[in-house]
Amino acid sequence: MENSQLLSYLLLIPIVGSLLILFFKEEQANLIKYFGFGVSVVIFIVSMIVYFGFDSTTSDFQFKHQILWIENLNISYFVGIDGISLLLVVLTTFITPLTLVSSWSSIKKNIKMFTFFMLLLEAGMIGVFISLDLFLFYIFWEAMLIPMYFIIGVWGGERRIYASIKFFIYTMFGSLLMLVAIIWLAIYASEPLGRFTTNLLELYTVGPDIPHKIQIWMFFAFLLSFSIKVPLFPFHTWLPDAHVQAPTAGSVILAAVLLKMGTYGIIRFCLPLFPQSAVEFAPAISVLAVIGIIYGALVAMVQKDMKKLVAYSSVSHLGFVVLGIFAMTTESLQGAVIQMVNHGLSTGALFLLVGIIYERTHNREIAYYGGIAKLVPWFAFALLFSSLSSIGLPGLNGFIGEFLILLGSFQSTVLDSWWFVIFAATGVIFAAVYMLWMYERVVFGKVTNVKLEDELSDLNLREKLVLLPIFVFIVWIGVYPSTFLSLTEVSTNGILEFVSTHTINLIK
Amino acid sequence: MMLNSSELMQIIPFLVLGTGIVISLLIEMYSSKSDAILPWLTIALLIYVAVHSINEVGSNDLLFGGMLAVGGKSSIFNFLFAVGGALVSLGAIDYIKKYGANFGEFYVLVQSSILGMMFMSGARDILVVFLGLELMSICFYVLVGINRKKINANEASMKYFLLGAFATGFIVYGVALVFGTAQTMRIGEILVNFSSLSGNILFMTGFILLIVGFAFKIAAFPFHMWVPDVYTGSSTAVTGLMSTGGKAAAFSVLLVLLGAVFTQEIENTFMPLFAGLAVLSMLYGSIVAIAQNNLKRMLAYSSISHAGYMLIGLAAGNLESVTGIMFYLVIYVFMNIGAFGIIAIIEGPNDDRVDLNSYAGLHQKNPVLALFMALFMLALAGLPPLAGFFGKYYVFIAAIESDLTWLAIVGVFSSVISVYFYLRVIVYMYFKESEVDFNVNISPTGLMTVVICGLLLIVYGLFPGSLLGLIASVVN
Repeated sequence: MENSQLLSYLLLIPIVGSLLILFFKEEQANLIKYFGFGVSVVIFIVSMIVYFGFDSTTSDFQFKHQILWIENLNISYFVGIDGISLLLVVLTTFITPLTLVSSWSSIKKNIKMFTFFMLLLEAGMIGVFISLDLFLFYIFWEAMLIPMYFIIGVWGGERRIYASIKFFIYTMFGSLLMLVAIIWLAIYASEPLGRFTTNLLELYTVGPDIPHKIQIWMFFAFLLSFSIKVPLFPFHTWLPDAHVQAPTAGSVILAAVLLKMGTYGIIRFCLPLFPQSAVEFAPAISVLAVIGIIYGALVAMVQKDMKKLVAYSSVSHLGFVVLGIFAMTTESLQGAVIQMVNHGLSTGALFLLVGIIYERTHNREIAYYGGIAKLVPWFAFALLFSSLSSIGLPGLNGFIGEFLILLGSFQSTVLDSWWFVIFAATGVIFAAVYMLWMYERVVFGKVTNVKLEDELSDLNLREKLVLLPIFVFIVWIGVYPSTFLSLTEVSTNGILEFVSTHTINLIK
Repeated sequence: MMLNSSELMQIIPFLVLGTGIVISLLIEMYSSKSDAILPWLTIALLIYVAVHSINEVGSNDLLFGGMLAVGGKSSIFNFLFAVGGALVSLGAIDYIKKYGANFGEFYVLVQSSILGMMFMSGARDILVVFLGLELMSICFYVLVGINRKKINANEASMKYFLLGAFATGFIVYGVALVFGTAQTMRIGEILVNFSSLSGNILFMTGFILLIVGFAFKIAAFPFHMWVPDVYTGSSTAVTGLMSTGGKAAAFSVLLVLLGAVFTQEIENTFMPLFAGLAVLSMLYGSIVAIAQNNLKRMLAYSSISHAGYMLIGLAAGNLESVTGIMFYLVIYVFMNIGAFGIIAIIEGPNDDRVDLNSYAGLHQKNPVLALFMALFMLALAGLPPLAGFFGKYYVFIAAIESDLTWLAIVGVFSSVISVYFYLRVIVYMYFKESEVDFNVNISPTGLMTVVICGLLLIVYGLFPGSLLGLIASVVN
């Protein structure tokens, strides 16, 4: 590829930008805000250049850039993208400027440090999606914890210290086991490959030939790390804490991008590196996914705190994604990838809206509100729109993802049972229940709380401008999903073909 | 045995440092400006030793009839000792004034202890090992108690001396048994005949006694009892040196003693011993550190757990583990001296302000110090892309290569536990408001130490290749 250094710019610009911020003075708050936003917009433009240069007719990795980094361990700086990673990179570069703008009024202290960490976080997230060397991937995966830890810990709510440490230790536990598995895999592969390497493309050729007994262990070490990040039931307990305590920008990034790193990891590493184990355990993992769908929805239903409700709805939505991945059909995997984006948009918007209203009233209790439709019509409309997108109303994005996942799981030979679909579908119904019920209690009826009349003011221009692009894409994906599906089709099929050629005797 | 001039040329760093010690003593006695001269003379001498060592890495010679090795691994170690010593001296300039120990002897003792370490790492004869060990240890005993008016320091010095003497007893007894059975003091000859000797119960007892003696010095569980008290009681600068140079010197001896294991010439019969020590040290250090509020004490326990990670390498017993341990030790110098450097800056004149509460809200008081402290904590916790990560990574590789995956997994568990207390420091600095009101007097030299350590951690984290390559080329 001629533009091979383009992806490295995606990494360099946020890192250099964040370092430049260190040279500003704390008093130049506005300048820092605009600078941070400017940098993130530049990154988005670069990612658009990548998007338009991307060839969606091949499942090969594109825009590859490789430099030998640590000679002794044969580790290279090796980046490249396929359709799946491209979509997630664009999601990242799209969401980050919006969150930066959304926190212009809510983040009041240490704006310099905040912008610094946000840009660093963006670099880490992009790095995770474009790494083609397991070691490099691991470094981004871990390094990204640090800015998120600070974002929750410094600008978070009352129990931010508890939440930030829990988030950090939970994730680190999983990822360190993954590190052991990475080393194990690399050492194992050094025999057939003739050298110690963590190059993903080379390891793809070795992974499927690993003896079953060892492969299972490696598979589970990787899967554990990703399941914690997703989070798959029962590893989800860090999520409500982190989401609720994080500042709005942190919650949005967490929901929109960070959780996707887990599902992305499963698609990129667990499936092609250990196809036999993935197929073998697909039903078991899908059971967990379905439990997550229903459990998340039921728990969301009884929440009194709006943010917690949205957080638990994430557990439910991500369950769909995992189910779609492990059903391993073209439709379900396509649906899973598009649902990753959908969840990023709709839940991101919901968190933004909860943040907006919290900023005004400093209260997230559902019971505190009631009848605000008259007071803040724009807000009520935006909340309705995002809720419907989250529920999966046909015509909006959520429908496409969930429909494809359910359809694909229905036909899945790997799962080979209808029950998954039947139970998962109830999740869609529950979603309508908890979302609309929350909406009804908050928005409709009479104004129950007189204080609200003073406290609330409708969306201002900045907030509308933040939400508008998200809504545009919510409709776009809902009405004309082929723009996005065509991008990932070849890549997802490539992965599925790779898996099925190695597991031909496992699937009847 | 004849001394010849070429051999003398090769031990120039030893000679220079030895002469430097004498000159420093003279300056201390006769010059009224010794205050200003000595620290910089020390630093200059040590930098010379470091540069010379790194230039001599390529050579590999046995001198004095096989008693002392120069070049190769010992060059790397000498580099580490000298750089560590220089950084500590730089950080100590203002600190020991505040601490009330502004004696010229401080620098003389630092130089002597480093000379002792250099003898330890170069020694290929058990007697020379012993000489070096005692030179280092005796200097440390004095350095720990250098402010004789402080009760804590006196107590620490006494404890260290008694337990150190105890450890020396183990080593001497071990030496006697090994010499009695192997009939030689040359480590090389012992290793050649190791397989025939290993059947001899007396020889094995002696060898294990040697290992136990050095386990004291590297602060491995269950030989760690002195560590928390001594690290806390002694002046922070000395703790920095003890926890890095002292540990590295003891490891350098262990690497030589077990040399034949790493090249797979003999079977690693000590694997269960080292694996046991590693597991206990890692878990004990990490778990107990959680309960510490005194930062020096916390780092003492963290030092025990880091000894455990390095012991994983000894248990693995292959060439990767030698590279891993040496890289780990070099990085550990920067992480620990940096962290202790910050503690030294914050610390008050009466051993106060070393508890976590004093660090509350440090971010507002002094963002630079807080930033570097966070950096050191994250590096100690082993987070990429800081250099601390690569030490662990390499040691884990060594373990998995020797089919000790379980040991790597225990290491992982311990790392997760240790993250908690390293993060606690960050929690206090960044997430809490200041409770104790005091002004931080930042000494420029102290800050310089911290900045050098911090930058090196970032540089070696992003580009570990050069150092790893150098160490690996020496090891193979």
